[in-house]
Amino acid sequence: MRKLIEFQNIVKSFNDSLVLKGINLSIHENEFVTLLGPSGCGKTTLLRILGGFISQNEGHVYFDDIEISNVPPYKREINTVFQRYALFPHMNVFDNVAFGLRIKKQDKTTIEQKVKKMLKLVNLEGYEDRPVTLLSGGQQQRVAIARALVNEPMVLLLDEPLGALDLKLRKEMQIELKKIQQEVGITFIYVTHDQEEALTMSDTIVVMNAGEIQQIGTPTDIYNEPENRFVADFIGESNILEGVMLEDYKVKFDDQVFECIDYGFEDNLEVDIVLRPEDIDIVPIEMGRIKGVIKSSLFKGVHFEVVVETPYREWIIHTTDKVEVDKEVGLHFFPEDIHIMYKMGTY
Amino acid sequence: MVGLKKHNFTKFFILFGVMSFFYLPILSLMIFSFNDSRSLTSWSGFSLQWYQALFENREMMTAITTTITIALISTFVATVMGTLAAIGISKSRRLIKELVLSVNSFPILNPEIVTAIGLMLLYSSLNVEKGFMTMLLAHIIFSTPYVILSVLPRLRRLDPDIAEAALDLGATPLQALWKVIVPMITPGIISGALIAFTMSFDDFVISYFVSGNGVKNISILVYTMSKRINPTINALSTILVVIITIVLLVVNLYPYITKKEMKEAE
Amino acid sequence: MKGYASLVKPYILWMSLFIVVPMLLIVLYAFTEHGNALMAFRFTLGNFMRFFDPVFIKVLFKSLEVAIITTILCIIIGYPIAYVISNASERAQTLLILLITLPMWINMLVRTYAWISILSDGGILNSIFQFFGLAPIKMMYTDFAVMLGMVYNFLPFMIISIYTVLAKLDRALIHASHDLGANPLQTFLRVVLPLSMPGVISGITLVFLPAVSTFVIPKFLGGGQYMLIGNLIENQFITVGEWNFGSAISLIMAVIIMGSMILTRKIDRDASDTTSVEGGKLW
Repeated sequence: MRKLIEFQNIVKSFNDSLVLKGINLSIHENEFVTLLGPSGCGKTTLLRILGGFISQNEGHVYFDDIEISNVPPYKREINTVFQRYALFPHMNVFDNVAFGLRIKKQDKTTIEQKVKKMLKLVNLEGYEDRPVTLLSGGQQQRVAIARALVNEPMVLLLDEPLGALDLKLRKEMQIELKKIQQEVGITFIYVTHDQEEALTMSDTIVVMNAGEIQQIGTPTDIYNEPENRFVADFIGESNILEGVMLEDYKVKFDDQVFECIDYGFEDNLEVDIVLRPEDIDIVPIEMGRIKGVIKSSLFKGVHFEVVVETPYREWIIHTTDKVEVDKEVGLHFFPEDIHIMYKMGTY
Repeated sequence: MVGLKKHNFTKFFILFGVMSFFYLPILSLMIFSFNDSRSLTSWSGFSLQWYQALFENREMMTAITTTITIALISTFVATVMGTLAAIGISKSRRLIKELVLSVNSFPILNPEIVTAIGLMLLYSSLNVEKGFMTMLLAHIIFSTPYVILSVLPRLRRLDPDIAEAALDLGATPLQALWKVIVPMITPGIISGALIAFTMSFDDFVISYFVSGNGVKNISILVYTMSKRINPTINALSTILVVIITIVLLVVNLYPYITKKEMKEAE
Repeated sequence: MKGYASLVKPYILWMSLFIVVPMLLIVLYAFTEHGNALMAFRFTLGNFMRFFDPVFIKVLFKSLEVAIITTILCIIIGYPIAYVISNASERAQTLLILLITLPMWINMLVRTYAWISILSDGGILNSIFQFFGLAPIKMMYTDFAVMLGMVYNFLPFMIISIYTVLAKLDRALIHASHDLGANPLQTFLRVVLPLSMPGVISGITLVFLPAVSTFVIPKFLGGGQYMLIGNLIENQFITVGEWNFGSAISLIMAVIIMGSMILTRKIDRDASDTTSVEGGKLW
């Protein structure tokens, strides 16, 4: 896949606070990329710089190998789906969707064809004459998507577009958006703080925190092999511990040495270790290398969330077994469940 | 936003033009109040004679006193009556509410001269002699609707359970009103009172038609005096402008000052 | 809730006596003869017929003409100003609006009076013209002077009306318009201007209707012979003593104006139902 967009060393500050600390990122054709991170990490800022609504302080933005930093938004081949949709209240659905095409002075028949086709794609056939103010949240959202896509941009920017929808609708829209992206075949750059959303929809996830990129990878990479404590903590639930990588395939924590499948670290390096709650089993106390007492067990529907206390720490375990509080138990996991990461700031 | 930097000069030019338009007449008014001669157009030198003349002019001083007195009294009455009426309206059935608000809006929607004529006819029919009381009454009549419209939105936003909570805790309806409802709508009451005061202070048309017997407020006085050139009016106007400017500055800068004091207190 | 509703009763009484009765009196006088004495009245439409005399119709049209031109001027001058202010920084906006509204607080007669010394034959403007060797222009007691006084008086209302709507405009709509390829001019014409119409309309209400009925400004700046409807009414009551005719004119004017205001309020309310879209919420 060829490279479509490149951010080179983007630095941006607002009023003395540094929001982007030197971002380097490439985005490819046909990719569904998600910028994922907590509020304030700079993901929306980066998106808006790409859209042309704000300018960076330092660095370059390349689009199709051309620097576009001085190109105003109305001349970029990028369209945006805004967080609160920004539909024009004085126009109906048709006029909203047709807006960009009319600016480009396309002829009436073409416009009608394109708008109708787009409304079909987002499941709003027949809604042409409705005033947008009378639509539900989900419908407005789809109009916003149609309005942006009908202009056949090379890239679509989506700024937390599903935030205002209820859970069920949000999950439906996630699937629909992914479907649309694959059907239309353009690059989607999606911003969200919801890690589940990112894992569901993306080809590539870019995890950001405090103005820096923490990790770039596929959803499985990010989930199974987080590169540092922040990513491990942000994505999914984890047990994060500190230990020492004695040598390849051997790690020591909680005063025991365990076999693991990671290698390539310096010998005797202090590292962070991740074990996912669903990878740990609760076993009879003789059968586990780690021993502890069950402190609590909460029924979560899909599983029980069990907290086990050992002399060293508390472990979170997800299991479908029902367990008794205050019982002494053992914890069991396989070498491939132990994931080693460099301590933050040490690479 | 990228790509939009120009037009600063045009903006400045437009704003400067408009501000000059607004303020040059006022400035010329103020400047010539200090003129040594009677002229409003040629400057003869600095003098405070017109301010002196102002304070020595009994008619003017009376008019000023009349204006202030009527403004204060009418504001007080209109505010109390309007607030109570607003509370009543907010708790009334829909039909009564709509009816009352419709009639209440007549003095606001009507051109002032029509309201004035109506009152004049009323006084004449009742054979009431026009003077101070008729003017005062008229001011209360046209101010109260504004107080109501100012207080009503606040009442609408009030939590309906609040008054009930007070009663539940043993307060009488009167106590609930005074200790709970009124404090929560105070901003509306204050802004209503301010509007009432300003409308009364500046009123001309209605006052002109309903007063008599030589009773004049500032506006009527300016009206009758402006037939000949009289810089005493300029002096009076200047004082008014200065007072209004100070008041507006204080009101608008007050939040900034208190914020600063709070910061220093930390 | 119990007793509080009865607080409205005294006010209902008050309004009946002091708002309703005066209006009824105007209607009564309009439809009768021999005013002043309440006793001797006879029903007649004569007062209204008198109004159709060409002299008085001319006054009506003149008033409308002056009011319309004033309103148009206020829009032409006021809109750009409101636009510039709404795009300024927040602090600048507060300051500018303060400066615009300050003159509104100053007594209207005083403000109009100020123009006399500027526009009169020996006045400030003419002195400046003479200084530059130009011939003095007669400005007082002309249409120009009256129009100037009107615009001066009503412009702030138009500016504030339009500004209020422009300031509340969701900036995201402008970004969206740019995003879809519209340049600033296109964005203004297709998005900003249509959405600012409610402000323009309420501005028109605040300018046109009072402008039709004003009488101080024409009197000061137009002279004794300059008659608009307001002057006519004043004239009939104070000078000529024809209370019945005066009431008829007042009634006609009241109906026209109140009717227009109710109409524009209805249009405004319908319009405001379609001027706000918030993501995810259904109003």
